[in-house]
Amino acid sequence: MAVSHDLSPAVDLTAFLKRRPDAAPTFELRVKGARCAACLGKIERETAALPGVTSARLNLTNGKLTVAFDSLADADPGAVVLRLENLGYPATPYDPAQAADALDREGRRLVLCLAVAAFGAMNTMMFSVPLWAGLFGQELGPATRVVMQWWCALVATPCALYAGRPFFESAWRSLKRRRANMDVPISIGVLLTLGISFSETLLRGRDAYFDAAVSLLFLLLIGRWLDHQLKLRARSAASDLLALQAPAATVVGEDGVERRQPISEVEVGDVLIVRPGERIPVDALVQSGSSEIDNALLTGETAPVPLRPGHVCRAGALNLSGVVHLQALARSEDSAVAAIARLVEAGAQSKSKYVQLADRAASIYVPVVHSAALLTFAGGWIVGLGPREAILRAVAVLIITCPCALGLAVPAVQISASARLFRRGVLVKSGAALERLAEVDHVVFDKTGVLTEGRPKVLDAPASTIALAAPLARASSHPLSRALAAEAGPGPCADAVIEHPGLGVEGIIDGRRARLGRAEFVGVSGRANLETELWFAFQGETKIRFRFSDRLRPDAAETVAALAARGLSVEILSGDAPFPVAMAAEGAGISTWRGGLTPIEKSEAILALQSEGRRVLMVGDGLNDAAALARADAAMAPGTALDASQNAADLVFSGEALGAVVDAIDVARQARRRALENFSFAALYNLIAAPAAMLGLMNPFVAALAMSGSSLAVTLNALRLRRRA
Amino acid sequence: MMLAPMSVFLGLLGVGAFWWTLSHGQYEDPSGDAARILLDDPEDRPL
Repeated sequence: MAVSHDLSPAVDLTAFLKRRPDAAPTFELRVKGARCAACLGKIERETAALPGVTSARLNLTNGKLTVAFDSLADADPGAVVLRLENLGYPATPYDPAQAADALDREGRRLVLCLAVAAFGAMNTMMFSVPLWAGLFGQELGPATRVVMQWWCALVATPCALYAGRPFFESAWRSLKRRRANMDVPISIGVLLTLGISFSETLLRGRDAYFDAAVSLLFLLLIGRWLDHQLKLRARSAASDLLALQAPAATVVGEDGVERRQPISEVEVGDVLIVRPGERIPVDALVQSGSSEIDNALLTGETAPVPLRPGHVCRAGALNLSGVVHLQALARSEDSAVAAIARLVEAGAQSKSKYVQLADRAASIYVPVVHSAALLTFAGGWIVGLGPREAILRAVAVLIITCPCALGLAVPAVQISASARLFRRGVLVKSGAALERLAEVDHVVFDKTGVLTEGRPKVLDAPASTIALAAPLARASSHPLSRALAAEAGPGPCADAVIEHPGLGVEGIIDGRRARLGRAEFVGVSGRANLETELWFAFQGETKIRFRFSDRLRPDAAETVAALAARGLSVEILSGDAPFPVAMAAEGAGISTWRGGLTPIEKSEAILALQSEGRRVLMVGDGLNDAAALARADAAMAPGTALDASQNAADLVFSGEALGAVVDAIDVARQARRRALENFSFAALYNLIAAPAAMLGLMNPFVAALAMSGSSLAVTLNALRLRRRA
Repeated sequence: MMLAPMSVFLGLLGVGAFWWTLSHGQYEDPSGDAARILLDDPEDRPL
């Protein structure tokens, strides 16, 4: 549930400054919503005009704004965030420790390898075309052939050794763990090809495959680069962000002086002041003051909870109405929020155990291919081919079966699938996520903010009564008042407004004293006080009741029906009270639901489903869902979700429509079908090519043709996904 | 005899130029650069 986690200007952001010893401090934020040149100009101009700011530069591609300050003393990062918010661009700061790492070193290296391989492949071709011509009886003397082969060797060898490094390194890492991934046969294939080509050149033979080695690497690097782009786009959009819990807390010292401190330095027993609009920094006991807190992000409860001296409140809850003095009960890392973070970590680990399709294929592929090559060598020797010819044929088998098509098959499918989903407003964070999503057979929804819109709405009240109470509602920051004010639209505010923490607001409208708030505050007695209602009255007049409810998303029922039609079972796991959950379940047409769950119970419920052999998709948005999101086989979160939940989810969908869940499952299943088609195509190709190589029908020209042909075929098959949007 | 090494050298020049653009961050923000050309910087506007 994400009602209001907008940054209040009171939050101290100096902890997010990137301090450098020899230069001015900088501050990095992610700005949402900037798309055009006008946005870019406005953001940079307005930010640079702030006092203490020397420069501001926005990267429009990844939405990162870097602000440089004069000096540490003048730096006011909070003002930057506030200014951006006023301009209409919500912004969140990057964690300085992670921002330094944001430079995409890996991507640059891959692109450079790709460029070198392209250079190698094209320039080797210049010398190998005459060699191929020689194979078909064109005039090519042995001396010329040797010169051409040496030129090939000179260009191809350094290129292959450089461009192959990503594969060699990955293969080595995998071998050290006594496993064989796809990079092992690739590396062995490339190195053996280079070796045998050298020996053939020295022995004046005709079978030198230098061109095959580099063009193979070129094609594989395309696949690798596509895969990397997919991960990168997702990472820059969703992770790297630090969930803004409460970066700083106000601690009252023994001398009575208030100090801002990083929350990691708050000790048990410290006295804290939390003002309205701030989050509770650590688990704490209320000493004095009274207020209401919004637990929505922690538990999914829609109704505000009253807070009185003696109550315990949890870190991460939002203080709504009054100033409270708290006594810290736990350090930040022992607070409830940190416990959830640890659960998320554990869930993410269980997820990383998933073996991807390509690696599963590799585990069958590698032993088969290598024993085939070995058999060719042994068989050839036995039938009396001589060691040189036998080795040549064995290597020919390895080259022709090199998993070029396989290396390209999966990334090409995943990139076109995620491009298609991206156009529909769904962000895919990794290719593996799509594979896991395709296998899902049970969908778990959170209620608040996922099935429902996550904002209270006024129920069936005439516009005239809303207009009566609106001037008071506009003066209050309470979520129910805000809902009332939003319904009424802009207008005048009441005068002499006093906010009574935990009770309501009082003020003067047109010279008459009026109150808006809880039943007993307005003067209604003998009624059970429901949290989802507000009472309003002018002094001494009739009391008016406003009821609020969190509305279902318009396409919730439709989505549930569509999921059922696809053979998926649907369930609600919510932290909210049973009654509203039952209402939502009925409205959406879901028969299985559970309410009142803690974050840990949610995560355990997912685990229980998994132990029954179900594959679970979790759709959730609150901090209370983060652990369940991380635990589930696949996870989706709406774009309005808390950053922590977006980080735990595999897919993030924007917009109001829940139908994105159905779209994502459809595309994931299609992508899986395409990937499997590509695998069977590659298997078929190997079934034909490998025996041909065993029989010695292969020469450098056939190798080049077969390899690029199969890569082209799988890529085109993958692109079919993209077209039918 | 001269043509082969020359063509390889030209190819190397291309790779070198690409490496240079890469290391100078020309691919860091393609859509930003596309937008920036539309912005009038008040300081270097012709008089």
